Amino acid sequence: MEITMIYYLVPALIMFCCGVYGFITRKNMIAMLISLELMLNAVDINFVVFNRYLFPGQLEGMMFTLFAIAIAAAETALAIAIIINLYRAAKNINASDLTQLKH
Amino acid sequence: MDYSQFLAMKQEIGLLVVFVLIFLNDTFLPARAQGSIGKICVLLFGLFTAWGLAMGLCPEACSHDAVLAFSGMYETSPVILNIKNILNVGALIVMIQGLRWADQEMIRIRRGEFYELLLITLFGMYLMISARHFLLFIIGLETASLPLAAMVAFDKHRYESHEAAVKYILTAVFSSAIFLMGLSFVYGLTGSLYFSKIGAAVAAGSGIDLVGLIIALAFVISGMGFKLSLVPFHLWTADVYQGAPTPVTSYLSVISKGSAAFAFLVILWQVFGEIYSEAWEWMLYALIIITITVGNLFAIRQRNMKRFLAFSSISQAGYIMLGVIAFNNMGLSALMYYILVYIFSNLAAFGVIGAIENATGKVSMDNYNGLYKTNPRLAFTMMLAMFSLAGIPPFAGFFSKFFIFTSAINQGSVAIYILVLIALINTIISLYYYLLVVKAMFINQEDGGIASFRSACSERVAMWICVAGIIFLGIVSCFYNHLLTIAGA
Repeated sequence: MEITMIYYLVPALIMFCCGVYGFITRKNMIAMLISLELMLNAVDINFVVFNRYLFPGQLEGMMFTLFAIAIAAAETALAIAIIINLYRAAKNINASDLTQLKH
Repeated sequence: MDYSQFLAMKQEIGLLVVFVLIFLNDTFLPARAQGSIGKICVLLFGLFTAWGLAMGLCPEACSHDAVLAFSGMYETSPVILNIKNILNVGALIVMIQGLRWADQEMIRIRRGEFYELLLITLFGMYLMISARHFLLFIIGLETASLPLAAMVAFDKHRYESHEAAVKYILTAVFSSAIFLMGLSFVYGLTGSLYFSKIGAAVAAGSGIDLVGLIIALAFVISGMGFKLSLVPFHLWTADVYQGAPTPVTSYLSVISKGSAAFAFLVILWQVFGEIYSEAWEWMLYALIIITITVGNLFAIRQRNMKRFLAFSSISQAGYIMLGVIAFNNMGLSALMYYILVYIFSNLAAFGVIGAIENATGKVSMDNYNGLYKTNPRLAFTMMLAMFSLAGIPPFAGFFSKFFIFTSAINQGSVAIYILVLIALINTIISLYYYLLVVKAMFINQEDGGIASFRSACSERVAMWICVAGIIFLGIVSCFYNHLLTIAGA
């Protein structure tokens, strides 16, 4: 059986949709962060697969993925730091309890 | 590699020099001299701004064409130079406003960080504006939005600041993920990440699935829509603006939004310009209508001044997008002029809010009742800012709205006439809630509880600059003519 591009693209799309679903439904902020990572990693898979199958002569997609991974790591580090700060202030990282900013 | 290419990045390098100097000052200055770090920053950045303005205004600079560097990844031109200058002026005013806030007991120990983070976000916005390759663009976008999250969380002793920061960082990462997803499909369809090559591939049109491209474009537009807080991607705006420290809120609402609007314009015009009428004219059309309308209607019932200005800035973002949908040179100049005027008007309003908050800690609109009796100058500044935001004739806001409507009408289609008509009706609605503030300050009798106080010297300087901008930007025509000349060239 030949493995074509679609065998990579469909799982990547499913991963992305799982990420969106998790981000919207999860209440725990760490779980929301994990969902965001799923979305970003799905994007990375997309870039690499397009590069490998459609444009094998160039490296643009691969390079982009490397930078995207680094940026995702920076985002996660900062988000964790902010969540820890919030935990210290509120003793709670449940998204549905963050309702002081309303009026 | 040809290292002389770095000479094209004069402004970025200048900004980095300012940043390194501030960083070294902050690290190695003796503890007793730490109080002057903000003033040093304002001084250095002011010199840098003046240098940029001199470069942008001298006639030789205007004759230069666009310069591409790093095999077309980076572009600089008179238009880009001028939009960076506009952002510089705004950032300088924010820094001056922040001096008093950064001097508080709880902030004092790490006030240097505020200025460093601010300069780095500005650096990211420079990259965003100048990028002609999506890799550089994404790096700029993240360099601009991640330190901003740290700035939103700056008030460690206030719970609201943390809540706002969490909301900001999660939506920022979510929007970048959506944007990147769209980008990956654009890459798969066209085989490049250079703006010019994608544009050329779209124009050639051979073998490109238009439906796929439109779906990818929808992802890209919604990713940028989050940054610009267009409805329906605006839900983070009000909470973040309310919870963040006031100088950070003002920075978010003008500089961050202005740079994102310009970058959005560049992406839509250069990359997707060929499918204007097929794809994004109608997406943007719908976005503008609901952005202006929802922003206006929600602003009416806000009582917290920072939340109120958050919704006002949502509807202003809709007006800014009118310059993008115009898709002609006048739209470009009108957008730059609108951002310039919006910077001065909004910063004047935030200057007053910040001064009152620093002195009394009150941010509710009910507290502004009878402000004219106790603090006539503050009330007058606020009134000018509100008039300018609403677009009342002698002030700059009228002219910026006038030019942006004209540029949209010049696009020519009947649908755009209807769009401009809806925007005009919304201007009248916005007049109502902007005048609510003026009414509270001048007409409402009961005492709001703000005693007479004298605002700090730095706050007064910032407000004077803003008031001068509001009054003179409109009636002195050379500002707009200059922008029109460089946009037309």
